[in-house]
Amino acid sequence: MDESYNFAFLDEGSKREIRRAIIKAISLPGYQVPFGSRELPIGRGWGTGGLQVTLSIIGPEDTLKVIDQGSDDSVNAISIKKFISLTTGVGITEDSEEATLIQSRHRIPEIPLTDSQVLVLQVPTPEPLRGVERSLGAARQLHADKEYSSAWLMLYEQIMRYGRITLGADYPVLVDGRYVMAPSPIPRYDTLKLHNAECLYLFGAGREKMIYAVPPYTSVEPLDFEDYEFDIEDMGDRTCRLCGATGVYFDEMFDPQTGERHYQCSDTGFCSKNAQRGHTHEPGINSK
Amino acid sequence: MNQALTVNDLTVRYGNGCSYCRDISNPLDKNRCPHCKSVWAVRNISFELYPSEILGIVGESGSGKTTLLRSLYFDIPATSGAAYLSGYSDGLVDIMGVSSQQKRIIRNSLLGMVYQNPTQGLLMDYSSSGNVAQKLIAAGSRNVGSMQDRANELLEHMQIPLGRVKEPPKQFSGGMQQRVQISKAIANNPPVLLLDEVTTGLDLSVQAKVLDLIRSVQKKLNIAIIIVSHDLAVIRMLSDRTIVMLDGGIVEHGLTDQIMEDPQHWFTQTLVHSLI
Ligand SMILES: Nc1ncnc2c1ncn2[C@@H]1O[C@H](COP(=O)(O)OP(=O)(O)OP(=O)(O)O)[C@@H](O)[C@H]1O
Ligand SMILES: [Mg+2]
Ligand SMILES: [Zn+2]
Repeated sequence: MDESYNFAFLDEGSKREIRRAIIKAISLPGYQVPFGSRELPIGRGWGTGGLQVTLSIIGPEDTLKVIDQGSDDSVNAISIKKFISLTTGVGITEDSEEATLIQSRHRIPEIPLTDSQVLVLQVPTPEPLRGVERSLGAARQLHADKEYSSAWLMLYEQIMRYGRITLGADYPVLVDGRYVMAPSPIPRYDTLKLHNAECLYLFGAGREKMIYAVPPYTSVEPLDFEDYEFDIEDMGDRTCRLCGATGVYFDEMFDPQTGERHYQCSDTGFCSKNAQRGHTHEPGINSK
Repeated sequence: MNQALTVNDLTVRYGNGCSYCRDISNPLDKNRCPHCKSVWAVRNISFELYPSEILGIVGESGSGKTTLLRSLYFDIPATSGAAYLSGYSDGLVDIMGVSSQQKRIIRNSLLGMVYQNPTQGLLMDYSSSGNVAQKLIAAGSRNVGSMQDRANELLEHMQIPLGRVKEPPKQFSGGMQQRVQISKAIANNPPVLLLDEVTTGLDLSVQAKVLDLIRSVQKKLNIAIIIVSHDLAVIRMLSDRTIVMLDGGIVEHGLTDQIMEDPQHWFTQTLVHSLI
């Protein structure tokens, strides 16, 4: 740890302000709370929103895991880990079960998280109504009025056009029966993990200066229709070529030489642990 | 109460107003304050709409017709005044004073609106079916199959071919766009329908067709309609009673036949005479 920085880089005043925003976000599940986003020595769009949330709640006792699209060792994940480790000295892990605090982009770990864990998700675009309502002020009024018909209409249009809901990642959800929320670009496969979870989910958008939360045991329902129900990506009978897991979320690899497709776990921490144990299957919440 | 809608002293002002123009006894320059330039687009308007009648509102350009309808549909906030809908709390609660969430509920289930300009009433890039479904979704429907059926039924009644319901209104003629707007406006069987210059800009033959459709909708649904137009010919063809507006106020009202035969106010006289 580099003593020339304040613990977790941000000054105490900034951390307190961000914590206040977090507490408000937890009190109003799914509601976007504006906060005074700080400059960090990391480019916006590299997860400064998530990073500020992490830096504001991290303590010396925490064990941190950072993942980027499921991977522990992408350039982005590594540079965030280096930065937090340098300014806090906390332990770093790749094991989802060991971590007390996980910062992630685009994925939720395969193993269900517990009530002693917090998952921080980086958010590029926090406004779930952005596609249907051009002005952010108007979108805020729609949230205030709980007027979400335009979000359902967007799904209806997809059905009119393509015969099904084509939306993939960042599937809009209704939180606690009140606010429609963008869960960040996690796959549909991960969306149901938000529902009635044991852990706390925090969402940080740096560029758009918003923080929101899904507290433990909160209802999170994907928007859908009676006759077109939400469903997750079909992983079929795919197996991971590294650990043999089935029924998890996969990255698809294409070998241009042989023309072959193969699959490996998107959650690399889960995959290496699974391979070590020699397990071929680990039930996540989505596998039956 | 047995009126479908009661409007009391409704005023809509663009601008802040000043001590001069807030005093109703001081004359304005038409509808504009000579001092602060605020526009009193609708001023102290009161009227009643009876169940299943067609009420015409006629007036020259700028007289406040659109502003009146849009404030009743909550697009534009009323500056003062009250309105009561028999379908809402038995007509006992002033709908101008309720929360914006309540206003959306009223708008989604108790009112239908056809805008003067179709781009205001329709999502031009969405399917026509989706445009109708928007109103159904807003009123709580979550069943795609039944919404598609309902949209088809309404659009077909408005003579949009079933083969075209997936097309966006931007690919339609003006007359077709107005018919999509009407389908959308009546999707939830609202007791009150507001029509703003629904035939303006259409060819005469298309106008006649749209007016016929409005009459058939009124008969079929037994709905109360306010139809606004600067064209007395349109009003005469459809409405049972007529209100004449000038500079934000009502100058004459009565049975349409009576107004046509014996107009009292000089402005109404000019309108009637220009018809012949
Ligand atoms: N947004 C606005 N800001 C300021 N003044 C406005 C605004 N909209 C309308 N006005 C003014 O309010 C008055 C009433 O306008 P409105 O559009 O309601 O009239 P109208 O009777 O519908 O006219 P038309 O027959 O041309 O449609 C006009 O003087 C107009 O210039
Ligand atoms: Mg007008
Ligand atoms: Zn004035």
